[in-house]
Parts: sequence; C-alpha cells; structure tokens
Amino acid sequence: MATFLQQLINGIAQGGMYALIALGYTMVYGIVELINFAHGDVFTLGSFLCIAILALLGVSASGQVIGGWQGALIALLVILLAALLCGVVGVLIERFAYRRLRNAPRLAPLITAIGVSFLLQGVMRNWKGPSEISFPQFLPNPTFSYGGVHIDARELLVVVVSIAMMIALQLFIYNTKLGKAMRASAQDRDAAQLMGINVNSTIAWTFFIGSALAGVAGFISGMYFGTTMFTNGYQAGLKAFTAAVLGGIGNIAGAMLGGFLIGIVEAMTAQYISDQWTNVVVFSILVLILVLRPSGLLGEQLPEKV
Amino acid sequence: MSAPLLAIEGLTKRFGGLTAVKDLTLNVEAGSIASLIGPNGAGKSTVFNVITGIYTPTAGDVKLDGRSIVGFKPHQVAGTGVMRTFQNIRLFAFMTVLENVMVGDQTRMHATPFDSAFRTPRAQKEERAVTERAMELLDYVGLASYAREWARNLPYGMQRRLEIARALAPQPRLLLLDEPAAGANPTEKRDLMGLVRSIRDRGITIVLIEHDMKLVMGISDRVTVLDYGEKISEGDPQTVRHDPRVIEAYLGKGA
Repeated sequence: MATFLQQLINGIAQGGMYALIALGYTMVYGIVELINFAHGDVFTLGSFLCIAILALLGVSASGQVIGGWQGALIALLVILLAALLCGVVGVLIERFAYRRLRNAPRLAPLITAIGVSFLLQGVMRNWKGPSEISFPQFLPNPTFSYGGVHIDARELLVVVVSIAMMIALQLFIYNTKLGKAMRASAQDRDAAQLMGINVNSTIAWTFFIGSALAGVAGFISGMYFGTTMFTNGYQAGLKAFTAAVLGGIGNIAGAMLGGFLIGIVEAMTAQYISDQWTNVVVFSILVLILVLRPSGLLGEQLPEKV
Repeated sequence: MSAPLLAIEGLTKRFGGLTAVKDLTLNVEAGSIASLIGPNGAGKSTVFNVITGIYTPTAGDVKLDGRSIVGFKPHQVAGTGVMRTFQNIRLFAFMTVLENVMVGDQTRMHATPFDSAFRTPRAQKEERAVTERAMELLDYVGLASYAREWARNLPYGMQRRLEIARALAPQPRLLLLDEPAAGANPTEKRDLMGLVRSIRDRGITIVLIEHDMKLVMGISDRVTVLDYGEKISEGDPQTVRHDPRVIEAYLGKGA
C-alpha cells in the first residue's frame, strides 16, 4: 500500500508537469486547430531560461542552498521571468510562423510547427551544448514522511505550482473579458470578430498564456529532475500531447485530467511492470484513444474549448 | 433630408468571374427600417458581408455617418456601432445564454486582466454593470428566465432572439438582421415584427434581409429589391409591391 501511495504521489507530481504543458497544446488547438509541435521545445526553453536567469542572480549549479524568504523570492522571480519570456517567444512564433498560414491547408502549419520545433532545438543545442546540463537545486529539500510514504519539498512544489496555475487559468478563462473573448473565438471565430473581438490579438494572447505555462513547467521540471537537455521537450511534449488527446483536445479540464492520468500511469507502469515499458504503455494509450475515442475522455461531454 | 446613417455608393463585389453585387447605391436614413429583398442568390448577404468588413468591395464605398468604413476589419466595423445577426444562427453554443450577451458587450468593457484577476472594485463594478445590462436585454427579448441555460439547448426561435439580444448588447447604431424570421411560425413572426419595431423605437437603425413578404411589407420604411446583384426597384413597400420588374423577378416573365 505504501508503495502504491508513493507511486501515486510521484505520478501526480509528474502528471502536474504534463498537465501544464498539455494546457498549451489544448488551448492553441482549441482556438486555431493547430497542433503546435514546437510547444514542447518552448517548455525546454523555459528550463534553459531559468538556468540563465539564475546565473544572472548568482545562483549556479554548484550547490548553494538558499532557504527562507530569499529562496522563495528568487524562485518566484525566476518563474515569473521564465513565464514572461516563454510567453513572448510563443507570441513571436505565432506571429511569424503560423499567422499567415491560418487559412492554409492544415498540413502547412503542421509542417511549419515541426520546423519551428527543430529551430528551437538547434538554438538550444548551440546555446548550452548537446549534453545534459544541471539545473541549480537552490531550494532546501526537506522530506516529509507519513507511514512509509515520502514526499519531499520538490514534489510538493511541483504539485502546488501546477494546481495553482490550473486554478488561475480556469478563473481567467471564465471571469475575464479576454477569457470570454478566447472562448468566443474558439467557438466561432467569424461571429466573435463581428461582435467586436479582435481575433488576432486574442489568438496572440492564447499563445502567450500557453507558452507562459510551458515556461512555468520548465522551471518545475528543472527543480524536480535537476537536469535538462535540449531534446527534453520532444518526449515531454509528446507525452503532454498524449495527455491533451486523452482528455479531449481543445478541452481545458480534459488536458488537466489527461496530464495527471498520464503521470500516474507512467509511475505505476514503472513500479509494477518495468521502467523500460513506460513509453510503450503511454503511447499505446495515445493510439488506443485515437482509434477508439478520438474526442477524448471529456471531449464530447464538456466541449468548453479555448 | 438629413444625411443617411448608412450610405452604400456604387458598390460592386466580384468573386472571380461572378459578380455578386453590381454598382449598388443604397441610403438608409437614421432611425428607419430598411429591407433588402430579392430571390436567393441575389447578393443580399454579400452586401451584409461587405458592410461588416468580411469582404472587401471590388469597387465603391460604404459610409457610416459620412465616414468610409471600407478596409476596416470586422471587429473594427463592430467598434463603430454596426452589429448583425446571421442567416444560420451563429451563437456561442457552449456558453450560457447570459454569457453570449456579455460577449456582445465586450467592446464596452475596460477592466484589464489585472483588474479581473484581483477583483478590484473597478472590475466588480463593471462586471455587475455588464451583467445587469445583459439581463435587461434578455428580459427585453423575453429570455430572462433562460439566462443560465446553455445557448445550444434553446429551441430555434429563442436562439434567434438571443442573437438579437447579443447584437444589441454594445448599443449599436446600426443593426443588420439576416433573415430573422426564417423558420418561424406565424405567432413568432408577429412577435418578431413587434420586436424589430421596438428596437427601431430605441433609436437603432435597422437593415433587414427577409423573404417573408408580409413581414417586410408590414414594417419597412423602405424596401430595396436586388436581382442578380443589381438593384431593380426601390421605394416604400406599396411602390415596390406593384413594380412590374419586381413581380417579374419573383415570378418570371408573363406572370
């Protein structure tokens, strides 16, 4: 039982990260019907930017631990800056790579997205080199134990940050003017325009928010795993995409649910089958969902897409 | 005679070899109800699409209150006070009835995301005001008790009225109604006539595309008839009704 609970916690932590990335896929798909394959690389870029920002703040990978308010403040600053910068990158990608192709046949923006993905990977490889780089573990990491189940502060951080982000996103989408504009544009772009909504800027904001969430995921992934690599976003992105499809692509709540489910499935597979089989199991789910229920778990019942 | 609120001057719209609208001139007086009629494919909806900025005219000009709005993007046209409904209902199906109307009020909301996120007094005040206005409009079109329903769950006739409420939300100067009576039964048509008149009495100018002749003749101040993209007749309902060219366009030669 303790093992099961332990894996459940690991799965939730890992799943929160997938969920944050999946939100970006699903929001962009909801509004422009594009699978933004560069999104996973924006997530990696988020990790890279965090390392760079930490370096500017004098925090390196050599192991100082900064506790208390100072540590929390640094973490907050890094998260905000990474989110902001990733958001801007997302907006630029949309502006220069996708906007002109918005009315082109579906395949064109899809291929472009793959091109942007390679572009970002190339930039990151040339920036930090082709091998794994370590992410400064600057926050203290006490472990809490209850009856054989261990939760360390990093896992807690991942879960708390990802859930907080999701709640904020929900509130944003349902309570703000821009959130309403996003939902309206996702449901009927032409009608939204004729109601006075600037669809171009609404789409740009959607990319900003999705990419900013990927930036946050980049931070918590760095804190959680302690390393990153320029190709990281490829697999994390594919798993987050699987999560989005599992929940019902275009559906916000579905992306969150899918993210947590994929994380938990991964953890359980690693525990009860074998570490080597996690990818097989996860991507079999992708295939099965696409074949058996292409609209995903929540796709049909709650199509509140953005 | 005062200057018209809407002035269409020499408007031509071609799609490749097809001329959908040809050299159309049309003036709509402020505070009037103008109807645009004609057989299917006569170019009526194209005229709406040009006015609202979906299409760019091949030639000619569209002026609102003396100012050209050609080249405006659809959301900019909406910002000048032109709202419309659609021939095929285009509500936001997965929003509530109330939310649909509130989206219509978008252009008049000024709270920043920061305001909304922290629920500043300004945001709360504005949200209350927007909700209140939306509820008033729902009451006005008789949908107040359906405010929390999903738009897609409303029956057809109510969806049409919801589209009108949504279009009224930003207090437009000009309201374009594209076949509002399509699919309506006689009672609903009578109610609709009353509603259109009462909207006009609120000071909103109306252009109506409609096939139901009784409705058109009953409420229009002026009627313009299009056939194959050209204006073939224009005037008050009586004049148009007896114009031989109109009878020919609708019924064919020799009728």
